[in-house]
Order: sequence, then C-alpha cells, then structure tokens
Amino acid sequence: MKFEFNPNTPIYLQIIEEIKRQIVFGEREPGIKVESVRDLAQIMGVNPNTMQRAFVELERERLIYTERTSGRFITMDSNLIKKIKDESINKEISEFVQLMKKSGFAKADILRLVDTFMEESEHE
Amino acid sequence: MSNLVEITNLTKKYEGKIVLDNISLTIPGGRIIGLLGPNGAGKTTLIKIIAGVMKDYKGKVLIDNHSPGVYTKSILSYLPDKTYLSPWMKVKDTVDLFTDFYSDFDKNKAIDLLKLLNIDINQNVTKLSKGNYEKVQLVIVMSRSAKLYVLDEPLGGVDPASRDIIIDTILTNYNENSSVLLSTQLVQDVERAFDSVIIIKDTKVFVNDEVDNVRAKFGKSIDELCREVFKCC
Repeated sequence: MKFEFNPNTPIYLQIIEEIKRQIVFGEREPGIKVESVRDLAQIMGVNPNTMQRAFVELERERLIYTERTSGRFITMDSNLIKKIKDESINKEISEFVQLMKKSGFAKADILRLVDTFMEESEHE
Repeated sequence: MSNLVEITNLTKKYEGKIVLDNISLTIPGGRIIGLLGPNGAGKTTLIKIIAGVMKDYKGKVLIDNHSPGVYTKSILSYLPDKTYLSPWMKVKDTVDLFTDFYSDFDKNKAIDLLKLLNIDINQNVTKLSKGNYEKVQLVIVMSRSAKLYVLDEPLGGVDPASRDIIIDTILTNYNENSSVLLSTQLVQDVERAFDSVIIIKDTKVFVNDEVDNVRAKFGKSIDELCREVFKCC
C-alpha cells in the first residue's frame, strides 16, 4: 500500500511526519531497526533521494540513530519519544480548539463538552 | 563527480523556427528527473538530441563527457515517442533480439517484468493493445543496465495500475550511477518519484529544481504548478 501524500507540501517533510506518527502510535518501537533507504522508498513509492533527505533530518532530530555496520534504528530515548508525542497531541488539540472557537464556543463550553463526552464514553 | 549530462547553450531550429532557445542544464548521476511542459514546448526535441538521434544543433551536449554518438548510445537506453518494435515479431522474439543486440540487456529481468505486467510473451507485437505495446517497449528499455535512461512519454496509454508498476520499476532500478530522464503529461502520478523537474515552455527552461524545493517555494504540487502557473501539462 502506497502512502498518500498531500500535494501542497514537500514530500520529505511528510515522510518525517509519517515516521513520527508511527513512533507515537507505537507502530515503530524504540530500538527497532528501520528499513533501508531504498526499501522504504519503494514501500512508500517515493524517490530514494527524497527518503535519504527525510532520514538525514530524522537523524539530526535524533529520532533515528545509525549503527555503523548494522543500519538505522528508532531512538531508545524515552524523553525524546515523549516529546514528539506531546508535540503531536498538542497539534491535534490546537486544531480542535481552533475549530471550536471558530464555531463560537468559549473556553467553559469547550471544557464542559469535552467533559460530558468523556463521561459518556466511559459509560459505554 | 562529473555530470552525466551537460548541456551548454543549446539552440535548435526547425526550418527557421526556434524550438530550443539557448538551453543550459546538467543532470548528475543517481537522479530521476521529470521533463515537463506543454505540447510543442520542445521536450521531444531535447530528448532526441540527448539520445543522439537528432544532430544539426548549436551548442554543446555532453553525455558522460562524450558528444552524442556511438559511445553515448552504448550507455544510454532510449524510449522514443514512436513505435519501434518489428511488426512481424512475437514479444519473446523481441526480447531475444535485444538480448543479442545489447550486451547490457538483462533477459531475465525483461521476462519477469512482462510477467508482472500480465503480457503474454507468445503474442505477436502487432496484436497487442496500445497500452500493452507501450509496456513492452518500456520493459525493453528498462531491462538494459544503462547509465542514462531517456524515456519519452512512457506512461501515455498505460492503465493506472500498470503505471504504478512502471514507476516501481523505475524506483527499484535506481542506483547511484544511473539517471532517468522522463517526459510526461501525467505529472500527478509520477511526481513523488522525481528528484527534480525540468519544466520547459516556449523553447526555454522555466524551472529546473528539486521537487521538494518547488513544492516549498510555490506551496503547490508540481502538477498544480503546471496547471495553474504555466497553463500546461
């Protein structure tokens, strides 16, 4: 299955986001080996140089580290993983809050609605 | 590392009309490059000059440091915009012919690819549908281990599923030393496979940049850029 790219932003940035998402959702676990540039490029249906560019950036952010002879691995730094988890959740919350504000809800309403929703989903 | 293709001040006229106007560009090794532009922009002319089938131009063209000729043809695999298979042959005869003709032709690879694309090798080439005929031509071209692949509209008549297989083939075939130059109007289907794009319009190079740089700069996909800004593709 090929990854669907948003047409408006650079592909390598979207690859970085996707790999971060996979780390956040636990689809890629800490210390687990990452496919080779060529293999992952083929899996995602992108140019190998684009994949390389994404890897360089992920390495710079220390989310991926290289062992000289055996390949690339997902970071085992739990603080770092927590940081990108927070980043990704904050992004979701920010989008949600902006949507609510646009729809005319004030802070108290938003909190009340979230609270009610949480209560109800717990009962199910 | 030197460039695989170096074009300096290339001008080409057809019966007094300028088709390519003072074009300069380079293609390094290990790249997959899209050649885009509206009909009549000069894409096929540029490809023919690189492929060595069109002479009579002004300027300098170097392929792997050689002028187009016998050597450059030995390292360059060219898919023309016209049909070139012998009409009396079966698909498998065609494969045999190319195996004999080119020392860098990988017969097993050709057979595997034809199988993957569901083509019956016992069929006569003239009995193939337009799309299947194009697939056979492309398989032949991609089965050589050339330094430079020059493909003029390889995706035109090919169905979307096969397009994916062809793009996969190009990506799998990728190595650091060879490059692919591919002209197409189906930008959307292939732009993720490109490193960079060369957009020519009105005989000149309009854009020659990496795909992600273009996307970042214009906030649009190459496809949208072609449609909106250049009214082409």
